[in-house]
Amino acid sequence: MADVTQLIHDYLRHNKKFPHVFCAGCGHGIVLGSLIRSVHALGLPKDDVVLVAGIGCSGRMAVYVDFNTVHTTHGRALTFATGIKMANPKLKVICVMGDGDALSIGGNHLIHAARRNIGVTALILNNHIYGMTGGQCSSATPQGDISMTTPFGSLEKAFDIADMCKAAGASYVARGTSFHAIQLDRLISTAIMHPGFSVVEVFSPCPTQYGRKNKFRNAVDMYKWLKSNTVKVETLKDPDQKPADGRIPIGVFRDVEEPGLEERYFELQRKLMGQNR
Amino acid sequence: MSVQRKKRKRRELFALGNEAVAEGALLAGCSFYAGYPITPSTEIMEVMANRLPLIEDGVFIQMEDEIASMGATIGASLAGRKAMTATSGPGFALMQEHIGYACMVEAPLVVVNVMRGGPSTGLPTSPAQADVQMARWGTHGDHPIIVLSASNVQECLEMTVTAFNFAEKYRTPVILLLDEVTAHTREKITVPDPDEVEILSRVEPTVPPEWFKPYADTARGVPAMAPIGSGYRTHVTGLTHDVMGYPTQRPDEVKDAMLRLFRKIDQYYGDIQMADEYMLDDAEVAVVAYGSVARSAHLAVEQARERGAKAGLLTLKTLFPFPRPAVERLTHRCHTVVVPEMNMGQMSREVKRVNNGRTKVRTINRVDGQIITPSEILKAIL
Ligand SMILES: Cc1ncc(C[n+]2csc(CCOP(=O)(O)OP(=O)(O)O)c2C)c(N)n1
Ligand code: SF4
Ligand SMILES: [Mg+2]
Repeated sequence: MADVTQLIHDYLRHNKKFPHVFCAGCGHGIVLGSLIRSVHALGLPKDDVVLVAGIGCSGRMAVYVDFNTVHTTHGRALTFATGIKMANPKLKVICVMGDGDALSIGGNHLIHAARRNIGVTALILNNHIYGMTGGQCSSATPQGDISMTTPFGSLEKAFDIADMCKAAGASYVARGTSFHAIQLDRLISTAIMHPGFSVVEVFSPCPTQYGRKNKFRNAVDMYKWLKSNTVKVETLKDPDQKPADGRIPIGVFRDVEEPGLEERYFELQRKLMGQNR
Repeated sequence: MSVQRKKRKRRELFALGNEAVAEGALLAGCSFYAGYPITPSTEIMEVMANRLPLIEDGVFIQMEDEIASMGATIGASLAGRKAMTATSGPGFALMQEHIGYACMVEAPLVVVNVMRGGPSTGLPTSPAQADVQMARWGTHGDHPIIVLSASNVQECLEMTVTAFNFAEKYRTPVILLLDEVTAHTREKITVPDPDEVEILSRVEPTVPPEWFKPYADTARGVPAMAPIGSGYRTHVTGLTHDVMGYPTQRPDEVKDAMLRLFRKIDQYYGDIQMADEYMLDDAEVAVVAYGSVARSAHLAVEQARERGAKAGLLTLKTLFPFPRPAVERLTHRCHTVVVPEMNMGQMSREVKRVNNGRTKVRTINRVDGQIITPSEILKAIL
């Protein structure tokens, strides 16, 4: 444990004013820990890692880590990331977004990043709620759930992030949770090294804004729920069928090798410039 | 001993204003373009789509909308590129949030807005100059901004180079406002040899990373900028930040940050405010114009002179910061200042503000998608 804590400290900014903004029990910090362990395990130099964050509680994590960090606008992190990756394809560009960020206001950018297969990793921290603005519903809030703007229960269906990204053309799509930390490390490491667009959705509890309104007594309850209501996709007979018992599949849903847009762009450029010589 | 003089490689082109913008951008060192097609700006994008893939490391990308185009342009700028996007009214409206972000994080970049009739979808193929105040105030929050304009095709090239130079020198987004007439006029232009043109680039830090303060104040008010990936692992945020780039709400730090943003532009008004004078030395009536209207005004002034009227023309090349000294001089010397423009009076209100009731300000306004003719201006002069 002490080793892990030491490792995390090695990646935090020491000239940044702490404490951080996260509530006790928030899943977002666990994802940050997992990201740091993944970068460390892969041996990536800090100078080559760019963390591009949207706006939300999730987006706030960027400022704490000693990478190149860009805290962008609500919903648009992937557009900045696309510019950065195309401008300097050597960089490992990782986007951190909330569910509101990535799916509601930024849904268009998400499907286009997937379609383009740009070599960026998208971490979508799905807490099924707008955490930062005080608990309004997002396009990932489950139907029937209570939020500040659905006080009588949400009528709308939630997006299934994995299905959506697969359909849009992402070449790596996975789902993990803040409870399954060891699996999460693996999913994030694979995603970072994946050429092309990779998406890791992380179920990340928000006890403050979501849990309290939806019959979770405390944060621990939410992590227990994640444990008993998820199922490893590789144990399913038919991974394309949603489990009948309502459990949520976690693991890798798609992993195909396809060169990222930036690779194909610069290959075309080399070809064109060769011809012109 | 023979002295070999290098032969200048100038190129003559018969080009559209939009094509000249693209030439100017490439001349200035632009190596990144992200955009979304919209009339009447699309030719800029099309030239970039053809040219950038043929230049070492040149990047062209068509994005899913103008919000994304601005996001990608800012991202590229932060990663060290000279970057540009171009659009027209509806797209310019979508870009506003990110223009503010670029102001806040001090990302050098160029946004071209070829104005067409509005509001809304308006008159997609007709000229207007109705986005002047939007270019100044479109994004939320108090901010300074540089807005330039051009009135002929050669100027489209030159002002694009100037736009990049200002962007790099002052670490700020620069907006180049054209109108449909200038953008779609085809004229002979000369593309200068790159050696003949002054090209500026952002100042990068020389101190070791652990000493670097990414938003430190300097005498120039413009901090050095470390591209992402250069070993200076900085934090960039649209939140109001301290000199380290970290979010702050401390009134003293917020004040310092905001005032520096203004000061870095304010203290260089002399450099930034560009205007051309024509026949103004003895003028009694002065026309103040910009964009394609300045060409009509030029002819009108010539015709007025032929008829013995002492007329002159001030062509604004910088719209904001508003070239106050040049306009103020006219309001002291002339009995009338004529301001023709293709809107209901967006620049004339700046002229009136500077004039402060001193002399007569006559406005000519058109919002019917038609250009303002020399005879309309001549009538106002005489
Ligand atoms: C253009 C714009 N609209 C609205 C907001 C306000 N806003 C800030 S964060 C947020 C939602 C955050 O929810 P989510 O993306 O799920 O992140 P979380 O806080 O839950 O991690 C909203 C609506 C904003 N910052 N910008
Ligand atoms: S409000 Fe929710 S998402 Fe935000 S920090 Fe608190 S627990 Fe985390
Ligand atoms: Mg959320």
